[in-house]
Amino acid sequence: MSEEYEPIIIAFLCNWCSYAGADLAGVSRIQYPTSGRIIRVMCSGMVHPNLVIDALTKGADGVLICG
Amino acid sequence: MISLTINNQTVEMTPDATVLEAAKKLRIYIPTLCHHEALEPYGGCRLCVVEVEKDGRSRLTASCTLPVEEGLSVLTDSPRVVKARKMTLELLLARCPQVPALQRLAAQMGVTESKYAPGDSDCILCGLCVRICQQLQNVGAIGMVGRGAKREVLTPFGEFSEVCRTCGACAFVCPTGHIADVGQISGKTPLPKLSEFNVGLTARGNIYRLYPQAVPNTPAIDPSNCIQILTGDCGACAQACLSQAIEFDQKPEQMTVNVGSVVLAPGFKTVDARLLGTYGYGNYPNVVTNLEFERLLSPGGPTTGHVKRASDGREPAKIAWIQCAGSRSVSPGAKEYCSSYCCMAALKQALIAQEHVGPGLETTIFFMDMRTSRKEYEKYLERAKDQGVQLIRCRPHSIDEIRGSHDLRITYVTEAGEVQDEVFDLVVLSVAMETSGQTRQLAADLGVQLDEYDFIDSSCFTPVTTSQPGIYACGVALGPKDIPETVLDASAAATAATRLLAPARGTQVKKKFYPPERAVAQEEPRVGVFVCNCGINIGGFVDVPAIAENAREIPGVAYVQENLFTCSQDAQKQMAEKIQEHNLNRVVVAACSPATHQAIFQDMMRNAGLNKYLFEMANIRNQCSWVHQGEPDKATGKCKDLVRMAVAKATLLDPLEYLQVDINKRALVIGGGLAGMNAALSLADQGYEVHLVERLDRLGGNARRLLASWKGEIIQPYLDALVEEVNRHPRITVHYWSIVEEVAGTVGNYRSRLSTGQEIEHGIVVIAIGAEPLRPSGMYLYRRHPNVLLTLDFDRELARKSQRISDAKAVAFIQCVGSRIPERPYCSRICCKHSVENAVRLKETYPEMEVAIIYRDLRTDGKLEKLYKKARDLGVLFLSYTLDDPPQVDYEGDQILITVKDQVLQKPVRLSVDILTLATAVIPHRNAPLAELYKIPLNAEGFFNEAHAKIRPVDAATEGVFLAGLCHYPKFIHEAVAEGLAAASRANTILSQDYLELEATISRPVDEHCDGCAFCVDACPFQAITLLEYMKDGTVKKTVEVNEVLCKGCGSCMATCPKQGIYVAGFTLVQLGAQVEAALGLR
Repeated sequence: MSEEYEPIIIAFLCNWCSYAGADLAGVSRIQYPTSGRIIRVMCSGMVHPNLVIDALTKGADGVLICG
Repeated sequence: MISLTINNQTVEMTPDATVLEAAKKLRIYIPTLCHHEALEPYGGCRLCVVEVEKDGRSRLTASCTLPVEEGLSVLTDSPRVVKARKMTLELLLARCPQVPALQRLAAQMGVTESKYAPGDSDCILCGLCVRICQQLQNVGAIGMVGRGAKREVLTPFGEFSEVCRTCGACAFVCPTGHIADVGQISGKTPLPKLSEFNVGLTARGNIYRLYPQAVPNTPAIDPSNCIQILTGDCGACAQACLSQAIEFDQKPEQMTVNVGSVVLAPGFKTVDARLLGTYGYGNYPNVVTNLEFERLLSPGGPTTGHVKRASDGREPAKIAWIQCAGSRSVSPGAKEYCSSYCCMAALKQALIAQEHVGPGLETTIFFMDMRTSRKEYEKYLERAKDQGVQLIRCRPHSIDEIRGSHDLRITYVTEAGEVQDEVFDLVVLSVAMETSGQTRQLAADLGVQLDEYDFIDSSCFTPVTTSQPGIYACGVALGPKDIPETVLDASAAATAATRLLAPARGTQVKKKFYPPERAVAQEEPRVGVFVCNCGINIGGFVDVPAIAENAREIPGVAYVQENLFTCSQDAQKQMAEKIQEHNLNRVVVAACSPATHQAIFQDMMRNAGLNKYLFEMANIRNQCSWVHQGEPDKATGKCKDLVRMAVAKATLLDPLEYLQVDINKRALVIGGGLAGMNAALSLADQGYEVHLVERLDRLGGNARRLLASWKGEIIQPYLDALVEEVNRHPRITVHYWSIVEEVAGTVGNYRSRLSTGQEIEHGIVVIAIGAEPLRPSGMYLYRRHPNVLLTLDFDRELARKSQRISDAKAVAFIQCVGSRIPERPYCSRICCKHSVENAVRLKETYPEMEVAIIYRDLRTDGKLEKLYKKARDLGVLFLSYTLDDPPQVDYEGDQILITVKDQVLQKPVRLSVDILTLATAVIPHRNAPLAELYKIPLNAEGFFNEAHAKIRPVDAATEGVFLAGLCHYPKFIHEAVAEGLAAASRANTILSQDYLELEATISRPVDEHCDGCAFCVDACPFQAITLLEYMKDGTVKKTVEVNEVLCKGCGSCMATCPKQGIYVAGFTLVQLGAQVEAALGLR
């Protein structure tokens, strides 16, 4: 491959903990790769298995559920 | 405006702009070294050269000094420009080969070596220092001296400048680090301003935020150190601030406010550890206070949570804590009382330090008594021991520093009496709390009485009321406290302060009105996208114009705008106008986090006549521009994706109906003891109807059997007055001989049925059903010998001065009977104080009597320490025992014989006493039935659990249920009263509203999909879903119903449902799926 591989990771983050954690990482200017695409959910328990499967079948390289 | 082109892009500028500024506006990078926004253009470094074409002629010129001109054509990266810049840089690099800023530029521009002979200077003669000193500071302490190769920056005659203010501006702007020490210019040592929040461990800027979470979070200028405020010079910050928010002429304002009552919460300070001379604090770099250590452990602290020694930056392998540094002592500079927070704080610090440093860290705590007497603290102590925290019962006299290594030697005596020597890398002093100067000042100004330790004085019966009517206090201003007590104090003070003002409640509230909402459900989505620059927080790292441009192409987007600060008031107003002007029906703001800003924008939506749920945010600051600062292109791409995802969801958003539920303003208080009565009275005084349920035939609870508070205030007269007040109160109904047997409903609308059959509808409930003493049949001859009593029985005899007490020659107390044992691993908190108090009373009444207290740790927290000292002064004998070697009790006729191995003497001591009192554990009543009725958890020992140990100490986990008194955990009278008041205060936050506003993003069942499988019922963590059956087309149809009050919108039901029979409004599978597709570039 000539171009650098850049995965897309769909990240379902819980509004109360990990989404706030990602905000804090911002406030703390912690640098990390640009691969993640964060989707805010009100609880990681809300993430239906179909969402994960759909994401992967439609081309996501990874799915992260944090909560 | 003047129009010119740079690299074939056209840009419009005002006539006073330069070509450099125009390039910046186009986001075209031009390297500079001698340029600074706050200073006049100089044209010194020549690095910013560009090629300018006009009238067919081209020339190279410095862009920073070149004014814009109509029709000017500029090239910033033509071969001629690149060649010229490279040569300039080679010359600079030859002069200063070691300067990192130049090395970075060289790498950037592909300059690998210089063909000129290398020099050894680190000054590129850009003149920034000289110019900032002259132009902004109006000082001119330094200047350029000499010519040609001998040119340099120097003070007049090379001597220390007399006019230099040591402000440091020259060092601040110097790009090479040539001016590193301002002291070489002024001859004075610049002292940094120390960060108050980091207790002086780090320096802070002169423009600073108090700490990252400070409210308000706006930066402030320290006027005591600001050149502009002090002299009128400088003002560089005002020029740099894009929002023009800096006003140097702001002054402290004096305001007059008319109030009905005042709450004092001035807090505390810690004693000056330097006064505790033998510990070497201030001289030994590796001796720190526990507050300093707390900052060292904090991820937001000076070392980002890495524990390091000040002397050498090394991570310590052995840390010691010395407890009672400045507490429980009569030494100069020390306090007589116990500071009560530090035992638990030291244990916590030891465990967290182990986490940060690693399991190899050795932690040792030197203590006198381990005072972990609050809820769950004893278990924490046991956990610390299990995790290897070493506890040594000794207060070391001094610390010796070892020369060279700065390690610290502590000499101590073990309980076995051996002298030991141990060397530590770091020693933490658990320093005492003391009253602050502000407390003294406030007290003097307001005429509020202080106690002997200069804390604010209050009675145990009115723990937050000061001596001055209408003035209340809370927190450590009243005496040493831990966090939960200060928080519940605050609630108690709030209710005490508002009790008499109840008629005025809400009279000054201005109600907000919104325009009627436009019905948009049937309209095609017209999304407005507002992309924020957040000053330079977003725009400085990603390409905001490109993001906006991209947004215009997304289907459904009708309008796009960039803002400097989208959250500013004028931007909000303008957004509302744009919504109307462009007939927008969905809004996306691409800016920061919804956690902090969603509410502001939703309010704007309602002002603009749109439903607030038609709003979505793209978090391109916290989760993009701030965290991908080195990758502007990729970050810009991600921002575009985030905006597309937000728009994808926004187009699918539906307006949601705002949910409200009416509140029943009646209160139910269960338990007629001190806590319950105080809660009932304070709620009734606030204007609410109160039903007080008591299981017995009289009010008063455990307090009926108590003699006096620790301050010596006699309890019975106070209790009689309280009962009288309850009985007389027109809004309180007391139900005797009653317990609650059935409960239905939720916060705002409970229906509880009593054992008498009466049903009460109420909005909230306060549970204050007390606890009881353990009656340990058989233990220590209890119930086998008439002269072995429980504390409460002994109290009664002492109160009426019974014959056997006045005849007794010797009396003993055994502590921790049934407490702090494996079956009951908690401290009953009140018994040490109780026994010591009784011992003092005996000694004062019968000075000849021999009184002994047999204990494990003597836990007279806070100001109660005074009682302990008094008991020792009066000659009460204190003998300590350990759990594995308890006292042996036997009898010979009337005499009780006790043998205990004293830990100080390390020898068995034999006592023969006339009366033995057992300080038995406080155990909960049978709390389980009530816990089940109101759906609140119990802890392992059966006490009711609070929602959060520190910040919600009187709230139960279920909304609308509050806890007070012994049913939550053993506690003193003043604490039970404060909790009663605090519970009333918390209840008032619900009862004072007419209705509860609920979040509309909650679960909604879809009846046609639901077949009643009830998977969701089990999955719901809030018990908000119930299964229903109803007749549909002649057959029974099963479905589920969601309680809107209980549902928190977590969506566990949605993920569990196999048939899409339930969804969360605002987070539907379709909406989330659209975000996924947009992220993958499919929408």
